[in-house]
Amino acid sequence: MPAILATGGSLYWYLTRSTGAVALLLLTAAVVLGVVDVRRFSTPRWPRFVVDALHRNVALLAMVFLCLHILTSVLDSFAPISLIDAVVPFAGSYRPFWLGLGAVAFDLLIAVTLTSLLRQRMGYASWRAIHWLTYASWPIALLHGFGTGSDVTDTWLLALSIICLVAVLASVIVRVTDGWPEHLGRRGAALAGAGVFSLFLLIWMPSGPLGSEWARRSGTPSSLLHHHSSASSTGSSHGSGE
Amino acid sequence: MSPRVRVNPIACEAHGMCAELLPERISLDEWGYPIVDSEPLTPAVLDHARRAAQACPTFALLLTRDRD
Amino acid sequence: MSEETLMIDPPVESAPAQAPGALPRLLAGILPDGAMSLDEHFAVHGQAPVPARRRERRSESPLIERIERAGLRGHGGAGFPTATKLRAVAASRKRAIVVVNAAEGEPASLKDRTLMQTLPHLVLDGAQLAAQAVGADELIVCVCETARASVEASAHAISERLGMPLDSARMRLTAVPGNYVAGQEAALVNCLNGGPAIPTFTPPMVFEQGVRRRPTLVANAETLAHVALIARHGPEWFRQLGTASQPGSALVTLSGALAHPGVYEIEHGASLQSLIDAAGGMLANPRALLVGGYGGSWIGGEFLRGVALSDEHLAPHGASLGAGVVLLLSQDACPVAETARATRWMAEQSAGQCGPCVNGLDSIAAAVQEIAEGHAQRNATQRIERLAALVHRRGACGHPDGTARFVTSALNAFALEFADHARRGHCEGCARPGELPLPVHRPAGAPAHEPTLPR
Repeated sequence: MPAILATGGSLYWYLTRSTGAVALLLLTAAVVLGVVDVRRFSTPRWPRFVVDALHRNVALLAMVFLCLHILTSVLDSFAPISLIDAVVPFAGSYRPFWLGLGAVAFDLLIAVTLTSLLRQRMGYASWRAIHWLTYASWPIALLHGFGTGSDVTDTWLLALSIICLVAVLASVIVRVTDGWPEHLGRRGAALAGAGVFSLFLLIWMPSGPLGSEWARRSGTPSSLLHHHSSASSTGSSHGSGE
Repeated sequence: MSPRVRVNPIACEAHGMCAELLPERISLDEWGYPIVDSEPLTPAVLDHARRAAQACPTFALLLTRDRD
Repeated sequence: MSEETLMIDPPVESAPAQAPGALPRLLAGILPDGAMSLDEHFAVHGQAPVPARRRERRSESPLIERIERAGLRGHGGAGFPTATKLRAVAASRKRAIVVVNAAEGEPASLKDRTLMQTLPHLVLDGAQLAAQAVGADELIVCVCETARASVEASAHAISERLGMPLDSARMRLTAVPGNYVAGQEAALVNCLNGGPAIPTFTPPMVFEQGVRRRPTLVANAETLAHVALIARHGPEWFRQLGTASQPGSALVTLSGALAHPGVYEIEHGASLQSLIDAAGGMLANPRALLVGGYGGSWIGGEFLRGVALSDEHLAPHGASLGAGVVLLLSQDACPVAETARATRWMAEQSAGQCGPCVNGLDSIAAAVQEIAEGHAQRNATQRIERLAALVHRRGACGHPDGTARFVTSALNAFALEFADHARRGHCEGCARPGELPLPVHRPAGAPAHEPTLPR
């Protein structure tokens, strides 16, 4: 243990990134399963109650990894992230906006999780209304990942993120087309939102996180900046020592 | 004091999980809505009935205790 | 079993208050047009009895006991024992509310709106007496919004009674939608609570938690009229007419090819023939009888000779008196077409909340229509009967059950005609204008509103 502590944030930093990636994967799976659930998909081998339970359990697992992701980012001594930054957005000193998006997503997911755990005690209509927030939390979480993640340029992580994006877009389309054309306004708005978000990513990513000096532009404190060798580094080489 | 299952037909949206989890008492009609056998629940199925009631997405499946 | 029936418009007699054993009872002293004023009402029936001094427990109210001994049952269609209902509301500790149900969504029934239009004080007396008995301080009179004359007469009667010392509950009038299920007690309460006039899931029953979560007595207008008379004349008087299991008198809406169709008062058990005679006789021989309403039953013409109007006498025919609809179908009408139209109407009147009702009634209506047009699949009648059994007791209210009963009784009573249509399609009677009234309403579930009346 002392050896790990002596290397400072390295282990925690890796853990933060990996748990973050897993959390994104699980959240994506939860969204996909949620749409499969509400669309009443079932086969003899995958009955309704299994799909439903899978959706609930994957979502809970995502929350577990999310909590680990937050914990490890706080424990890591490299970046000045405190526990309060996990729930109070935009007040931190490390990439405040992009980190803050993570806090916003986490807040939304806390609301969704708590209401789902306590759904027996609240009316169905209120529970359902809050559950819609999941569709907002996912893109915010993705933006957080792109904005905060120091290895966003890594091919594997980029590919993973794009696969997750495609999966969620497909889910949204499947969801929106259920019961078409009732409530056409809402459905149109949902599709438009998904389209605008995708377009935004397409335009912003190359000049943003994938562009030059993103670490500085995204708000990394200048004291930490010299740890980043270049914007297009394939791996971050931060440690406590120089 | 006998426990039975009962459906709130207004809340029911024909998700069909109840029939999967409690086939001893619930079957589905041709439109996917539950047909409930309201005989008292035996101890053997009581846990399954509870699970089925918890699984219902709209809380339409109810566990009742009659005063009879 | 006496043969007494009486017409709605006898010569006006303002006789002093007496305790007649015979008819008319509810319709005593009724005026040829307009409503009986408060004074006229007291002249015919006398004052309502002063309530006894405060009792220990409301459920021991002497009025409730008199109603129980009289054997009064509800006249809204369900026939629930009135005393039991009153006791259930009285048993609660919270202040109760009384709702007068003159919603009358059954198209072939006119008795409740007729009562509110011509004899509102009889109903309001009964309502106030019931309010005292159950400890209610508020009384809401609900009248079908399409019955304009009844709404106006009710409003006028309420204002006539302002400040009357014997009225312990403050009264207000609400016009309610005319869709079929609006008169169901949970639907009516839902409407009064600001929601749509469609049923809610029970429990909690309205006598525990109804209007504004208070224990609510929802009573049919005619039932309350009987309460008003039982309070004055007693249970023994009430039982002088009618049968042992169904004592007293009842209002029926008689329609069909008669000289004088309309609302009549009969004693329970009166023969159909005596009612027809009181209405001036048939203009043509009836083909069939629909009794109860569109949730009731058909009885084929060959059985009409011996039919008597009480639940006990109708039971062997698979029928019951219900809300007092007595509709005689003419020989020229096509019972298959009438059944098809009415069933489709009932399917559209579904509140749309429960899968088995929405889907089941739609399938049943479609199947009946297919038979009527000659496009039916083989075993269509068996399919209808299976669907009828499938919807039984699977809705939040009795609407699918009533419709199923209406259809299966039609298949029974008109077996030959249905078989004929299945083979050959439309008959010449199909094209005739329908004899079953099927009004077009605002969409089911529209909320109530206060009536606007000329000042």
